[in-house]
Amino acid sequence: MFIAFGAFALGLVIGMFGAVGKLYGGAVAREGLELYTTIVRSVPELVLILIVYFAGADLINAVIGLFGQDPIEINGALAGIWVLGFVQGAYSTEVIRGAILAVPQGQIEAARAYGMGSFLTLRRVTLPAMLPYAIPGLSNLWLIAMKDTALLAVLGFGELTQITRQAAGATKSYFTFFLAAGCLYLIASLVSNFLARRLERRARRGIA
Amino acid sequence: MSESEGNASTEAIHAEQIHKRFGALEVLKGVNLSARKGDVVAIIGGSGSGKSTFLRCLNCLDHPTSGSLRINGEEVRFKPDGHGDLAPASRQQIRQLRSRLAMVFQNFNLWQHRTLLENMIEAPVHVLGVPRKQAIEEGKRLLDRVGLNDKHDAYPAFLSGGQQQRAAIARALAVDPLAMLFDEPTSALDPELVGEVLKVIQSLADEGRTMILVTHEMAFARDVATRVVFFHNGVVEEEGPPSEFFSNPQSERLQKFLSNFN
Repeated sequence: MFIAFGAFALGLVIGMFGAVGKLYGGAVAREGLELYTTIVRSVPELVLILIVYFAGADLINAVIGLFGQDPIEINGALAGIWVLGFVQGAYSTEVIRGAILAVPQGQIEAARAYGMGSFLTLRRVTLPAMLPYAIPGLSNLWLIAMKDTALLAVLGFGELTQITRQAAGATKSYFTFFLAAGCLYLIASLVSNFLARRLERRARRGIA
Repeated sequence: MSESEGNASTEAIHAEQIHKRFGALEVLKGVNLSARKGDVVAIIGGSGSGKSTFLRCLNCLDHPTSGSLRINGEEVRFKPDGHGDLAPASRQQIRQLRSRLAMVFQNFNLWQHRTLLENMIEAPVHVLGVPRKQAIEEGKRLLDRVGLNDKHDAYPAFLSGGQQQRAAIARALAVDPLAMLFDEPTSALDPELVGEVLKVIQSLADEGRTMILVTHEMAFARDVATRVVFFHNGVVEEEGPPSEFFSNPQSERLQKFLSNFN
């Protein structure tokens, strides 16, 4: 859960910058981001996780090696957050980009007409105004982030699915343990949905 | 010398030879227009005559292709924007000018995620740096003034068009504007709501506010304006004080245009 939350948060940050870069950035930023979202969204998560994790570890150790340090063991949870966050970022970028485009142009124009610079406009108008359009998509992403942590089992992390498998294997009561794990995912999802709905209602307060 | 100084202190807006091209289409073909402080300049003209575009060039929401612009005696500095038009050379300067050239839009454009009162204080607090408390006091006073006493905490989308436009006018007043730019403020309103908005604008004219008003309300232009300007095909075809302008139009095009309203 901690990994999912970290990954989602990282994804949000990437998504925010990604969306703004895609919409308002220069040609280089736009093309770069296009490449990022296209590739990340077209390759299966599992493959990406393996690539980013092992390639990332190699890269880090290579850089460290340049400074004459011994290779380090990568912290599992942290790596999980980075890997999933990187994937989430690509989807977030598209969700937020779409949401920003849904904001009536006049809102942004009014901000400019009253002397707001681009950063102030973004912070005070564009981002809060796009929230109602982004929340449904983002809450989907959060649910996916939660369940994608199961994929991290391939890297050997002891998260819910992995532990369930070990426990089930040890006791041979597969049904009980997997049912319990399923229920835990379900509860987490239900709570998330409830929170997302409240958040959405708050974000939509100005929409008739 | 003394005369030019006199001009500088009473002049609010001075636009010279403003051209604006959208691709192959030349919307403004060299517009000259100036307004002294306290002037109410009504701009009329058919659709596509360039009147809204001109208004948007005054605060550089649209970048003019060429021309020069002086606001409150201060020359707006331009540089090529790389798309064949002129962008303001100094962001700082244009922000400052915009913050004092309050615009009222056809579609109100109130910020939907903020209450009316929050709309009032947004620009004063975040652009002009007015202390929050003071901005709130002023915002309340202005909302009361336009007759929205009981709507301070309402969100714009739950109000009628007339109420929204009155709030938008209050938002414009909240920045203590040098001049107010009205872009067809009543065109998106149901007919029965037009009157309440015009009444507010009238009261602003009465207190000597400088205003540039793009409008289709001929009777209102006649009553409220100190000068009326007729745009046709991207140029000023005719202008004059309302009494002469409406009763004795010189150009054939203006005669024809005005005959549509009788």
